[in-house]
Amino acid sequence: MSLLTVADLSVAYGRIQAVQGVALDIAAGSIVTVIGANGAGKTSLLNAVMGLLPARGEVTFRGEAMARCPTEKRFSLGMSLVTESRDLFTTMSIEDNLILGANRCGRREIVQRMAEVFARFPRLKERSTQLAGTLSGGERQMLAMGRALMARPQLLMLDEPSLGLAPIIVREIFHIISDLRDNGVAILLVEQNARAALQVADYAYVMELGLVTMDGPASQLAGDPRVIESYLGFGGADTNTA
Amino acid sequence: MDATTLLLLGQDSLISGAIYALLAVTMVMVFSVTRVLFIPQGEFVTYGALTLAALEAGRVPGTAWLLLGVGAVAAVLAMTRARQTLTFLKAIRILIIDVGLPALLLLIVHWAAPLKLGLVPEMLLTLALVVPLGPLVYRIAFQPLAEASILVLLIVAVGVHMGMTGLGLVFFGPEGYQTSAFSDAVFELGFMNISAQSIWVVTTTAALLLGLYLFFEKTVSGKMLRAAAISRRGARLVGISTDRTGYLAFTLTALIGAVSGLMIGSLTTIYYDSGFIIGLKGFVAAILGGLHSYPLAAAAALLVGTVESFSSYSASAFKEVIVFTIIIPVLLWRSIFRPPVEHLE
Ligand SMILES: Nc1ncnc2c1ncn2[C@@H]1O[C@H](COP(=O)(O)OP(=O)(O)OP(=O)(O)O)[C@@H](O)[C@H]1O
Ligand SMILES: [Mg+2]
Repeated sequence: MSLLTVADLSVAYGRIQAVQGVALDIAAGSIVTVIGANGAGKTSLLNAVMGLLPARGEVTFRGEAMARCPTEKRFSLGMSLVTESRDLFTTMSIEDNLILGANRCGRREIVQRMAEVFARFPRLKERSTQLAGTLSGGERQMLAMGRALMARPQLLMLDEPSLGLAPIIVREIFHIISDLRDNGVAILLVEQNARAALQVADYAYVMELGLVTMDGPASQLAGDPRVIESYLGFGGADTNTA
Repeated sequence: MDATTLLLLGQDSLISGAIYALLAVTMVMVFSVTRVLFIPQGEFVTYGALTLAALEAGRVPGTAWLLLGVGAVAAVLAMTRARQTLTFLKAIRILIIDVGLPALLLLIVHWAAPLKLGLVPEMLLTLALVVPLGPLVYRIAFQPLAEASILVLLIVAVGVHMGMTGLGLVFFGPEGYQTSAFSDAVFELGFMNISAQSIWVVTTTAALLLGLYLFFEKTVSGKMLRAAAISRRGARLVGISTDRTGYLAFTLTALIGAVSGLMIGSLTTIYYDSGFIIGLKGFVAAILGGLHSYPLAAAAALLVGTVESFSSYSASAFKEVIVFTIIIPVLLWRSIFRPPVEHLE
């Protein structure tokens, strides 16, 4: 059964059409990735699904139509988005950022969830009193994911989680992503690092200039010559790793 | 100026400084959470003082009727806004909360006012009448404009100020009132007299400031307000709605304004329009603090109180002018060395 269905979604900035009639489907507990060049409209797509941007078309989450549903409501229904800009509370500590991720929960529940996040990201625990604005890029990314996980979302949307990270941390992040899927969290993953994304995903979409131009099981797309040429580099050389 | 005068003025500065500090700090909070420069903050001071004065005199304060009227307006607006999804149950709920509760309060006040229950119950009743006006004002004037620019919000704030002053005239009349003091006791400390009232004001202020600090640092609600001030988008992404934080900020600001009114009402005669100048001094302090730093705003408020006391002693005709003039060099300095506030978002 699908958890999220997007039909005929369009986003425009004034006269610029960033997303045009995109359709997308995510089953519960699966990883779906959207790959595409810079400016293809991936971020706009995620932000529109989360309700941060006005959009035309239909977004259905857990069988409910999301039109008119503000971001806060989508969040409380079980959607979480880690945005490209992370949007952390920079002058607050790691701990406070995490607490705010579960701001509707009681103290006990917060402590328990925080322990789980710290288990996934031990580095955050070591620095729990450090201000979010002083963290390194990788630590910020971990905190943004941790804050989203504090809500125990059913659908976690990640906008370029590997952006600017060292290969070893990228591997760690992707490991966490597949582990989350194994724990029943559906993931919508937007990535520049197409190789890693296609490896971890179950299903994939390719976006170009606001349109979905290809889609299929991730393993199948990874073998598609057009995808190899445009997004995986020639002969499978590791040129696309951030 | 001899030592006694100096100490007297010092005490005076501290009292007014303390009240300005409360107003300045809440002004910074409301601005950072909702981007509203809440000029009408002083009106809550007036309403608090005049409501208490009416209750002390055994009369039903105009605020009781005002609250009912404002609640009715808010209810109508809420139902119009939600007309597409309005169910019978929702409408009943809105009516009970926005009209039913104020009506109930009005009945209670009608019963209680002639009994002259004493200072503490009357103060609590005053807070019950004035504080709900904060969130109601937010709902009526600012909530629909959540995405508007700072300038538009400022213009609306000025409009709300004029509306609230006008309503103050209608509901309280043009006469000034002074409430009785918490206590008339005076302590002698060496050659100096310290009134119990001034100790009350300073300790209440200190307690409120400490309370605010703990609220922002230790409670999840306080952290939500801070989060909304840091990143509105980040806040929405963790389910904190702008409406909720705006509501909370305005409730706090009305509470602190009203408490300031309770404290100041016995120190000076308050007229329906006195709050404006008081609020404006809190505003000056908030600006001196750069509209983002609570400690700076509080310190600046003490400075404003000091300048005011000493200038009213040595050049009383010019005391307001002198107070409002200190803002100019600071603004100049800020405009040269700091980015304008609008860029800080
Ligand atoms: N606020 C905006 N105003 C005008 N145009 C915008 C705005 N945001 C994005 N765009 C345009 O919309 C298009 C899609 O942008 P988007 O950020 O969705 O791309 P993307 O696929 O996420 O790119 P990247 O991989 O670089 O992050 C781009 O052409 C971009 O310039
Ligand atoms: Mg992007």
